[in-house]
Amino acid sequence: MSPRITFATCARILRQLRHDHRTVALLVAVPSLLLTLLFYMYENAGPVFDRIALTMLGVFPFVIMFLVTSIAMLRERTTGTLERLLTTPLHKLDLLFGYGIAFGLAAAVQGAITVAVTFWLLGLDTAGGAGLVVLIAVVNAILGVALGLFCSAFARTEFQAVQFLPVVVVPQLLLCGLFVPREQMAGWLQTISDVMPLTYAVEALALVGTNADPTTTMWRDLAVVAAATVLALILAAATLRRRTA
Amino acid sequence: MDAAVEVRDLVVDRGKRRVLHGISCAVPTGSVTGLLGPSGSGKTTLIRAVVGVQIVRSGTVTVLGRPAGTAALRRTVGYQTQAPSVYADLSVRENARYFATLHGLDAHAADQAVRDVGLGDAAGQLVGNLSGGQRSRASLACAMIGRPGLLVLDEPTVGQDPVLRADLWGRFHALADEGTTLLVSSHVMDEASRCDRLLLIREGRLISDDTPAAIRGRAGTDDLEEAFLRLIREQEKVAA
Repeated sequence: MSPRITFATCARILRQLRHDHRTVALLVAVPSLLLTLLFYMYENAGPVFDRIALTMLGVFPFVIMFLVTSIAMLRERTTGTLERLLTTPLHKLDLLFGYGIAFGLAAAVQGAITVAVTFWLLGLDTAGGAGLVVLIAVVNAILGVALGLFCSAFARTEFQAVQFLPVVVVPQLLLCGLFVPREQMAGWLQTISDVMPLTYAVEALALVGTNADPTTTMWRDLAVVAAATVLALILAAATLRRRTA
Repeated sequence: MDAAVEVRDLVVDRGKRRVLHGISCAVPTGSVTGLLGPSGSGKTTLIRAVVGVQIVRSGTVTVLGRPAGTAALRRTVGYQTQAPSVYADLSVRENARYFATLHGLDAHAADQAVRDVGLGDAAGQLVGNLSGGQRSRASLACAMIGRPGLLVLDEPTVGQDPVLRADLWGRFHALADEGTTLLVSSHVMDEASRCDRLLLIREGRLISDDTPAAIRGRAGTDDLEEAFLRLIREQEKVAA
């Protein structure tokens, strides 16, 4: 691995993104618009908006970066750029970290804008600071990138790649405690929920909502999400083969 | 003969089909060697084996004295895939500079390669907005950056106009004169005469590995396409 190549790869991915104005506009605006929609849905419901909006601030970057990355990586495979890259001095981790850093930065911009809109325009109220929310959102986004890099190995077409969204993302969303509190779920559902990284991200966000200072559990939760990200990146590296049939 | 690439008894299966049936051949150092054969004959598979991205069943491929695909070779082998493998959402210049950085080279080397393939005026354009021939040249530029020891080009001249095609072949020979070895595949026979040496493959088997002059002499005709036809018929007769 070389920092020069990782950095160049990261810069190349951001440059590709910069040329795609529509994607940039969608990345920046869509989460804020969806949260605005949520705001009007729960206009008279008081703290319900706070709870759901806070969760969504972690869920949106995860889902969006998962999708963007799976398609981007699939394009590397189908256009032959991946095959070519693997004949150059680039290390597999240069590519994976390049994607992680580039889309992590994109997620930081997206997260900062969405959090600003949600706190100042939509009046989201949390005990903890907005900075922590952005941090959790960015870690979540990088988890989405890592899972996207891994899952793209199992898709041959864009059609297949987008089908991984319901497979990988929706179960995590259903079981993370947003719809039904985790303690009210059947034991086996709780067990599944326990091994899903999004559960910890959602719990961390809830803790920012109720505690003025970051709690130990919140840091532990964030560490779990980060560890899941590293695991997904290692698995993704294992799917990148220099030699193929 | 000093060989930049040496292939011995190479057998490759793709899926259940055997694509290469024990090919042995060599690419002399500093030569422009043409790999010719019809579509589906196994050219791309052989090329993939040389750059070390193909899983092979048996046999060996030695490139610049090392087994194909060795990490050290990644610095010195340039590879142009058949489909233009450049980023459509980057400009030609941005593509070239990225690949230059991977090889530890600066923007100057990248810009030179872009000019070398005749895309100097289109350097700022997005690859996605270029014609097929221009895209292919953008991809070629990315392979040529930094004067690799071995340049492996899979059908680099498809879709190029005749003048450009002549320019590109001139460029290939100029590179060879500076010490680069080139392995260039084509399915167009009229390009065969531009090579120092020819490998003809058909249905995964090597039909001939010789200089154009020797092939013409052996077949008793000046027309290389006709020469190849005669060689193929001769082999079929021997096989039958």
